[in-house]
Amino acid sequence: MAMKSDSKLLSAPYTVWMTIFIILPMLLVGYFAFTDKSGSFTLENLLSVGQYSNVFLRSIWLGAVATAVSLALGYPLAYMIAKMSTGRQNVMVMLVMLPMWMNFLLRTYAWMTLLEDNGLINSTLAAIGLPRVHMINTAGAVVLGMVYNYIPYMILPLYSVLTKIDRSVIEAAQDLGASRRKVFLKVVVPLSMPGIISGVTMVFVPAVSTFIISKMLGGGGNLLIGDLIDMQFLGSAYNPNLGSAVSLVLMVIILICMGIMNQFDDGEEAGGGMLL
Amino acid sequence: MKKTGARIYIFLIFLFLYAPIFVLIVFSFNDSETASRSVWGGFSLRWYQKLFEDRLIMEALRNTLFIAVVSAAAATVLGTMAAIGINSMKRLPRRIMMNVTNFPMVNPEIVTGVSLMLLFVSAVRLFGGRSLGMASLIAAHITFCLPYVILSVLPKLRQMDPNLYEAAQDLGCPPLKAFFKVVLPEIMPGVVTGMIMAFTLSIDDFVISYFTSGTTQTLPIYIYSMTRKRISPEINALSTVLFAVIMVLLIIINVRNLKDKGSRRKPEDL
Amino acid sequence: MKKSRFPYTKKAYSLSLGLCTVLCLALSPVQAVLAAENAAPDRGVTINVYNWGEYIANGTDDSLDVNAEFTRRTGIQVNYTTFDSNEALYSKLAGGGADYDVIIPSDYMVSRLIDENMLAELDFSNIPNFQYIDERFRDPDYDPGSRYSVPYTWGVVGLFYNTDYIEEEITSWTALWDDRYAGKILMFDNPRDSFAIAQFLLGQPLNTTDETHWTEAAALLKQQKPLVQAYVMDRIFDKMESSEAWIAPYYSGDAAILVENNDNIRFVVPEEGTNYFVDAMCIPVTSSHKAEAEEYINFLCDPEIAGANMNYVGYSTPESAAKAYMDEEMAESPLYYPGDETLARTQVFVNLPEDTSRLVDRLWAEAKMGGPGESAVLAAIILGFLGVYISILVYKRQKRRRELA
Repeated sequence: MAMKSDSKLLSAPYTVWMTIFIILPMLLVGYFAFTDKSGSFTLENLLSVGQYSNVFLRSIWLGAVATAVSLALGYPLAYMIAKMSTGRQNVMVMLVMLPMWMNFLLRTYAWMTLLEDNGLINSTLAAIGLPRVHMINTAGAVVLGMVYNYIPYMILPLYSVLTKIDRSVIEAAQDLGASRRKVFLKVVVPLSMPGIISGVTMVFVPAVSTFIISKMLGGGGNLLIGDLIDMQFLGSAYNPNLGSAVSLVLMVIILICMGIMNQFDDGEEAGGGMLL
Repeated sequence: MKKTGARIYIFLIFLFLYAPIFVLIVFSFNDSETASRSVWGGFSLRWYQKLFEDRLIMEALRNTLFIAVVSAAAATVLGTMAAIGINSMKRLPRRIMMNVTNFPMVNPEIVTGVSLMLLFVSAVRLFGGRSLGMASLIAAHITFCLPYVILSVLPKLRQMDPNLYEAAQDLGCPPLKAFFKVVLPEIMPGVVTGMIMAFTLSIDDFVISYFTSGTTQTLPIYIYSMTRKRISPEINALSTVLFAVIMVLLIIINVRNLKDKGSRRKPEDL
Repeated sequence: MKKSRFPYTKKAYSLSLGLCTVLCLALSPVQAVLAAENAAPDRGVTINVYNWGEYIANGTDDSLDVNAEFTRRTGIQVNYTTFDSNEALYSKLAGGGADYDVIIPSDYMVSRLIDENMLAELDFSNIPNFQYIDERFRDPDYDPGSRYSVPYTWGVVGLFYNTDYIEEEITSWTALWDDRYAGKILMFDNPRDSFAIAQFLLGQPLNTTDETHWTEAAALLKQQKPLVQAYVMDRIFDKMESSEAWIAPYYSGDAAILVENNDNIRFVVPEEGTNYFVDAMCIPVTSSHKAEAEEYINFLCDPEIAGANMNYVGYSTPESAAKAYMDEEMAESPLYYPGDETLARTQVFVNLPEDTSRLVDRLWAEAKMGGPGESAVLAAIILGFLGVYISILVYKRQKRRRELA
């Protein structure tokens, strides 16, 4: 019994740390969102976030498209890897991980080189006599950047869930006469649901809130929520009060999305579960 | 037939993942006066020479490594202690603690960065002090690394037989010694994993550092300022060097793993 | 989501340790090189300098490495970082908690910083080289009495265009609204510079506080948005040099780099008029090494250094004495030293009152995202998500109840 009370004290420094560096900053964001420059209470910041609804719509839309594309591209790959021999699985997983070791700014910069009007893809097209395609500074380029940067976060959780599926369950379904398609839709997909959910959240959250990808590949015209927040804090329109209000709204949207995603996960709440 | 289809698919995905990196590497050897990124002007190593002469890059690198080492060490100690504490809690307080721990992981990075910036700036205003910089960066990095440490140590603690520690004490072992001799070896794999994650996350972080760095430059911040300016192929050279280091290390590790496979038991997965 | 990342971290471990060793090895020879040469002993002081990007000679193309030279002579280390707009500098200074020792904002930002008590008064006994600053740059409107700032450079805004693709002679800002160049036009990524162009076209005063003026200008910018390839600052160099873009407004001094790297690029000051600016060196009140910062400012004012610096940077120097140390071609060029006739068409920015400033920021974000949004839409988004969430919860509860029953 003595151990228990002693041990609990061990987490005291952590509790203090998290209170100062997680809870307090969040309260500060709230405080800034509800006050004006002189520190008196106002709702004006939150109300003026509405002016930027286009930015929110665009971010959520692009984030959702990027997530869907990552899932569509990543699922088959994860499935194929999961069916390989253990040795090859390790190599494949390593190959998926490897690009993530490069700083994401460098990876995104690399795409600039490729996509530009005079970039490598277009030069190649021109060299073989095909018409050039305008790619950079479009919403498509932003989605591509998001997919490229975050697709490993989709593949890895899918892969780790798919490898754990008991083969005998699939065989049982086949023995009972289920078609290939049916086995996949009724057995494999539901069993891989936890992987899909964690993949979707791990892609959607950073994609919605990114602020570098749109700047580098979207030409500055495709303003996203992240850019808007950056603009208010360290960018060209200094207004931390408005920036905090935008952050607050973004946080609420993300938390609701997480709540929705968690509802699809029927598994037990290991480790604690979400706030919602 | 189906197999070739699968092969082509895998090939295409990897082409997508590696083509940009390949292009970066090729153009780091480009000898071009106008710093053009897509016209080949002959082979040269000049950008590598420039890279290693660049005092600011080297300083940014030193800052990055220093911050990563300090914050990984601090996060590991704090996080391991916290995990032990959380593990011995009752249901409700444990749930609360886990929610607080999970929060920074689901919160958008930019919001975490902004909120920490508000905290540090307010602290500087209230208590004086110089400015944001090394100290605030380290505090921020410890904060976002902590959850990863805790979440890698906790499962190990759950697997551990709780009677072990008590048995050691019953046999007259003082608590501290019991911890180091009995508990720590059991949870070591989790602690090490947490520390590595903390270290690598810290090295790679841009968003949170961007908001909390003050005047201090880390490598990702320096890279960002490079991409905003007239782009020099130096950046390609830097990417290539980093990539080469990673590749070599991965190969070494894999070769070692293959050798060890026969003699050692299968390394337990988390 | 957390668990899934874990299985792969074993490799990460050895990887990072190895990375660490290799990088540390890489560091050692460089320091050895730096320690050599007959340098002044290290004074253990590092000053933080915050300047525009591409705005100092850095040793490339046989230029003088100004910061290294300063360190060699004085033993003071320089932590040199860059910003890309006056507004970004202000944000970092006001809310970024950064402790700079020397900053180089433009005129209107200097006066804003003075108004908000963010600048320290300079001790001119530490800056004897101020004597070389030409008479016409002393006692400017933005800093009456020259108490807080020392001019670094000056210049005008104009249009850069690539004659390979644009055959006609450009004389007007309207070229930036020309359909034929759609997708090849760059624009400034900061509100004041962008609005100024629209304002010159509309014939408005640059520093108007009339709301209708600003909304009109914003409408013009919104109309332009579909034609604009990107809103950028220093990335213009790259994009213009590689012909990725054909036409872009930017600062006259950058012709030095742009025209040199691509012969087909021409610079013109449009007939409607343009913005004339002075960028000046200041010390923020929060500076903790004021004397060393003044030493740095003094160093940059040394005619020999200023001449070498301007040779590379290309902007116009406010010190006639420095021209003796510059390439003749550059010192005489009408590009860098526009005549009175051009200067007569210029206007300067003045710091805007806070209300107007807020309005401009808002209009600018609107112009960039294409039209104002509606609060109702945002509310609908949030309520929509909330609705989905609640209906799932309700559905699940009912299902559970049915199963129990």
